[in-house]
Amino acid sequence: MVEGSEMSSSRDKILQRIDQALGNRTDSTDDVVERRYHQISELTAQEKVNLFQERVDEYKAATERVSEGELPGKLKKLCEEAGIKKLVLPPGIDENWLSELPKSMTFLHDEPQPLSKTQLNESDAVLTNCFLGVAQTGTIILNAGPGQGRRVLTLLPDIHICVIRQDQIVGILPEAIRKLDQTVSESGAPVTFISGPSATSDIELDRVEGVHGPRKLHVFIISES
Amino acid sequence: MKKGSQPTFEETAGTYIENAQLRRNIGHATKTIRDKRQLVVQELDDWEELREAGRQIKQKVMNNLDRYLLQLEKSVSKAGGVVHWAADAEDANRIITNLIKEKKGTDVVKVKSITTDEIRLNQALENEGIHALETDLAELIVQLAGDEPSHILVPAIHKNRAEIRELFKSKLNLKELSDEPADLAEAARLYLRKNFLKAKVGISGGNFAVAETGTVAVVESEGNGRMCTTLPDTLITVLGIEKIVPEWKDIEVFMQLLPRSSTAERMNPYNTFWTGTTEGDGPQKFHLVLLDNGRTNVLDDETGRQTLHCIRCSACLNVCPVYERTGGHAYHSVYPGPIGAILTPQLRGLDDRSAASLPYASSLCGACYEVCPVKINIPEVLLHLRNKVVLHQKKEGGFRQKTDPVHLAMKFLARAFSKRSRYERLQKMGRAGQWFYKKDGTISKLPGQLSKWTAIRDVKPVPEKTFREWWRDRK
Ligand code: SF4
Repeated sequence: MVEGSEMSSSRDKILQRIDQALGNRTDSTDDVVERRYHQISELTAQEKVNLFQERVDEYKAATERVSEGELPGKLKKLCEEAGIKKLVLPPGIDENWLSELPKSMTFLHDEPQPLSKTQLNESDAVLTNCFLGVAQTGTIILNAGPGQGRRVLTLLPDIHICVIRQDQIVGILPEAIRKLDQTVSESGAPVTFISGPSATSDIELDRVEGVHGPRKLHVFIISES
Repeated sequence: MKKGSQPTFEETAGTYIENAQLRRNIGHATKTIRDKRQLVVQELDDWEELREAGRQIKQKVMNNLDRYLLQLEKSVSKAGGVVHWAADAEDANRIITNLIKEKKGTDVVKVKSITTDEIRLNQALENEGIHALETDLAELIVQLAGDEPSHILVPAIHKNRAEIRELFKSKLNLKELSDEPADLAEAARLYLRKNFLKAKVGISGGNFAVAETGTVAVVESEGNGRMCTTLPDTLITVLGIEKIVPEWKDIEVFMQLLPRSSTAERMNPYNTFWTGTTEGDGPQKFHLVLLDNGRTNVLDDETGRQTLHCIRCSACLNVCPVYERTGGHAYHSVYPGPIGAILTPQLRGLDDRSAASLPYASSLCGACYEVCPVKINIPEVLLHLRNKVVLHQKKEGGFRQKTDPVHLAMKFLARAFSKRSRYERLQKMGRAGQWFYKKDGTISKLPGQLSKWTAIRDVKPVPEKTFREWWRDRK
């Protein structure tokens, strides 16, 4: 043991051990990583939206293709069928989407007063938009932007209704990661990837949808064709 | 004195193999995941390029580990987090205990993390009167049963639904409960939801930490990871120092490699990435504990160093013919299977006889290397470690180790093989002595120490004329 090492902090100890382990280092600070994997997808816009829908479906989420104008009606229908009475709304959500929902429903706005955990826990569903979708993996990406809100809003309600526009769908993950650059390095906002409803295969590898997060994920894809 | 009271692999593997239920469960699990993995990996025509990029990124990290750790410390602090350094398990447990006590919290929720299992955090907290509730369904099962996890990914794979039902009925005080997985999951959901809502402190591990931005990632399925990293006021994340990646861009490589190798999905249900703290969203206090606990020893060995590339996907477990038969418990380590066989002895040191037995728990078939998403050459490290174990025992061992018949025999053979004349003399001696043991052209029973060799195999006798003799006499 080096003398006086009890005095030195764990930080110094670890850094010193690393330095010793690495020995005489050639200056490798710039070793370049070869990124020969695909970084851009070759899918057309139409292929992307089709693949996205197919892959989200495979996770046992529900998807519906709608036009901008159809959305309010479809949303109304979903709320009726699923028995949604209390709907959580993040700041910045498009009010037009709500135009056909019955006045008897309770709308829980997270603004100006943030909703309590109990209120969220007792709600039926949350409606959000999203930042991006990834076709290849059927992933929805949230970055706490307007229309998405705090992370807890999409966590405690039992149903997550998410609206995505066709032009928000990228082909493969590297494209999405590049678009998130600004979020992580500038605003530092949290990022959540959602691929289907929560699930577990912990009991005899039988997949069960819905453990801790929302048990149902319903995705409306706005596409104009 | 020899460290560690744990048995060696050899000592208990037999007992686990004889447990038919266990073997069935593990066999079913590994086969299912193995087949599914194959399908989702085949889908990507750039899989090999991704693996290679993953390997190179990790290599770059290890070659500059100190630099990246300092960069991470800076970026996390800038984003509002607090970084702590823990040289060993004791250090880490002390830091975490103090943080929780400061918060006057006794209700702590925890998301599955092998790193915290490695430092026995739950036990350390329990000793201080703090109960850390495991919130992953499988970990909850293991915790309620007072058991040990048996697989990195599906820790309760050794328990079947009937066993889980009985466990929940008695521990969660439920009168009626079926053994349907959906009902069992529902019971756990209700029980845990209450606890999530009141918890003041959350503890997590981390899959990746980006040095450049300070972003930490938790990759999961159930949503308990999101709960633990979002609901409490304080979040404590324990991160092995090898979990670092240099840039945000690197995430695109690992988030393709990990889910497909691990749960055999294109993407697992939830991934959370957070950068320090965010006002009004999630925990307002974030502590990142950087853990060494033997990792710098691994770094110190140039061949063994690649072990630190591991992203804990568990693909190597699912293809291992040894693991498939013994299950995880036979490894007596939180890291079972092929990765455990190389990581455990390096972390714990070769004085630990249980850990030192693990490099032998392999047939060196190489399946683990083939599936490893970051191309760790596990067979190479296994052989390297076997060599180290032998040298270590010779050096540190007492008279018994030095006069171990295997060592002596190997020494003797090495001498015999080193010179033609010695080798041929030995053959002649063998030919003269073997008539007594030869029966129908084979030898099935040798005397003394050599009987161990023939206990499970027959030996061919030295032929009347060897090839060398024939070659010489041919003219
Ligand atoms: S060694 Fe490779 S295959 Fe095994 S768990 Fe680690 S990353 Fe996965």
